[in-house]
Amino acid sequence: MIDFELTAEEKAKIDEAHEVALKYFRPVSRYYDEHEHEEPQDIIDFMWSNRSKGFVTGLGVVGAMMVEELCWGDAGLYLASPGPGLGGAAVFAAGTQEQWRKFLARFGEGKPKWGAMAMTEPGCGSDTSAIQATATRDGDFWVLNGEKIFVTMGHRALDLSEGIIVVWASIDKSAGRAGMKSFVVEAGTPGMKVEKKEKKLGIKASDTVTVTFDNCRIPFGNILGKAEVKSKTEGFKGAMATFDVTRPMVAAQALGVTRAALDMLRDEIDKQGIKIRYDLPRSKQTALEHDFIEMEANLRAAHLLMIRAMWQLGSGLSNALEASMSKAKAGRAATLITQRAVELMGPLGYSRKYLFEKFMRDAKINDIFEGTGQINTLVVARRVLGFTRDQLK
Amino acid sequence: MLSFSPSEEQQMIVNTVKQFANDVMRKKFRECDEEGQIPAEIINTAWELGLVVSCIPEEYGGAGWEHSALTGTLLAEELAWGDLSMAMHILSPWLGVLPIVEMGTSEQKKKYLPAVCGGKFTAATAALIEPRFDFDHNDLGTIAKKNGGYVLNGEKCFVPLAQDAAFTLVYAGEGNASQCFIVDKGAKGLKIGEREKNMGIKALATYELSLKDCKVPAEHKLGGEKGCDFKRLTNLSRVALAALAVGVARGSFEFSRDYARERYAFGEPIGSRQAIAFMLADMAIEIDAARLLNWEAAWLLDKKAEATRECCLAKAYADNMVMLCTDYGVQVMGGHGYVRDNPVELWFRNGRGFVAFTGMAIV
Repeated sequence: MIDFELTAEEKAKIDEAHEVALKYFRPVSRYYDEHEHEEPQDIIDFMWSNRSKGFVTGLGVVGAMMVEELCWGDAGLYLASPGPGLGGAAVFAAGTQEQWRKFLARFGEGKPKWGAMAMTEPGCGSDTSAIQATATRDGDFWVLNGEKIFVTMGHRALDLSEGIIVVWASIDKSAGRAGMKSFVVEAGTPGMKVEKKEKKLGIKASDTVTVTFDNCRIPFGNILGKAEVKSKTEGFKGAMATFDVTRPMVAAQALGVTRAALDMLRDEIDKQGIKIRYDLPRSKQTALEHDFIEMEANLRAAHLLMIRAMWQLGSGLSNALEASMSKAKAGRAATLITQRAVELMGPLGYSRKYLFEKFMRDAKINDIFEGTGQINTLVVARRVLGFTRDQLK
Repeated sequence: MLSFSPSEEQQMIVNTVKQFANDVMRKKFRECDEEGQIPAEIINTAWELGLVVSCIPEEYGGAGWEHSALTGTLLAEELAWGDLSMAMHILSPWLGVLPIVEMGTSEQKKKYLPAVCGGKFTAATAALIEPRFDFDHNDLGTIAKKNGGYVLNGEKCFVPLAQDAAFTLVYAGEGNASQCFIVDKGAKGLKIGEREKNMGIKALATYELSLKDCKVPAEHKLGGEKGCDFKRLTNLSRVALAALAVGVARGSFEFSRDYARERYAFGEPIGSRQAIAFMLADMAIEIDAARLLNWEAAWLLDKKAEATRECCLAKAYADNMVMLCTDYGVQVMGGHGYVRDNPVELWFRNGRGFVAFTGMAIV
């Protein structure tokens, strides 16, 4: 039965996340944008002490909607909040129960911790088959070597906490894609070092770093999935399953920022006594109304695509197509809507006195990380056409 | 509980209509568009599926199912995938019936509903649109004056099946509100103009209609003295049209996708090029987006919620989506999309119409 109703319990959780966003994130949103790399310690402590409420897990429809609410408050502070993050999502998607215990239990105890994921390298981004990092077997160990860039929350995961990082590396370069595996590395492992901290366009409260691996030895059991190089793509497919979870999650982040921009736009024009009139023919709408309705419809449609992908995941249905659809749509909607909000607000939009320009900068990352809009569109295209990566490059 | 799966019953209806659309509608739709008419046997076969009478209460001769706008959107999408002209023809009795089922007085139900419960297709229709570019459903040029009964004056257009309709629901302004009046076939002062010629939906017979001092009894005002819930009727129409738009867009998407797989250029299928493949991906995404947005709006209407905002968003989104998708369908096929041997040009012409079809379908 097609049904859009959330239970009272689910709604309460989402409302609670909204309260956090409103009370804790929004008031310091501008401050941490202007003070890049400064620790939002109060937020970190608050989010950690309230971790049992599941604000940042991002799992399931409700988890994703909670993330959406937090990002409505501030997308950078959401990313900076301690928790398993993308690294945790990878362990959850591709790990064994034993690995869950070993690597995820820490996120429920002790001091604040973060999880990170390391895939991108100086010479490759979306083309993961070009990854140069290697993992070489040495008895009961893997030895990691290579350089990873654009690691979200790598500094906090590895320097400031006993967190984890999931690293993608090849165990057999001659096998190409099939040799690509992911490994969990715990903070403090010798041979792993956090280097450059990026200065970014937006989401400045989050850290983005370079991590190098120089003969970094990790236990053999830290590999996610099987250690053998099997058929051409099997191992790789397992790793790609991570995206089924993380793409709708990033879509949720995008939609939170975007709704923040649209809500603020509505408030501002409301202050001028202008109400959006929905029930008008095209010829009687103002240009503002026409734009606003288009923005609002796009936002809602993207939201529904996102919760559908999450619902499929929770219902045990395959969602690789819909996860990419939701990411491509949300990334694009976020980009267009937040830019339009700045445009419509004129000088108020462009001024740092207001948050519109910040929303526009923060939103943009969502059309880039976890696969650019173009990569996700390519995934959708291959699936709807039934073409392999060789048939549609 | 959140779910995106149709119920078993809904799925059954969808499957039935899907099969009819594929086996019957798709076999004839080009011919119908060229000739400007639909064979009676197609319409009667559709009638036998019982889609229209399903929501009429049993006491008036119907099947007495609970009306659901959401179920309506599911079957409207499938019908429009088959063909939009036929879909609008098949659904047109709902234009007359649904407002009476939802908002009619018991006398109105008794008088008009049994007439459309026979074994053969019976036309009923509604006249809302007026022939001006700045037509506004909330500020109608057709006026109803109370004078014992009501006197209607004005011009209408895009009235489906007006010639054959057993009765027509005429929308007219009374004071500041739009109200609905049931006008019997052959009423004095009701003049049915010539059949219209439009860019698309050529197989659907639509007419201009003029009302000159057309008198209707007071008890023909839909809902009686208090009138009807016009907002809800326009919302039920919005979700119907958005669903039809999704069906048309899906047709164009599927056809051009298959073409892009089979058409070779420079040694490989054109779909192997991102320039083509990305258009198809965008179509797939936009179609799903429009459908979900519309499902949510229809779901709200089924809960009897005030959903004007959601219905307007769904309709506005679908209007853009269907134009994009039907345009891309032609573009993907290039010259082969432009010739009438292929259907995408027909869907392209139909696609543009949704911005003008206000109130021409209801579910």
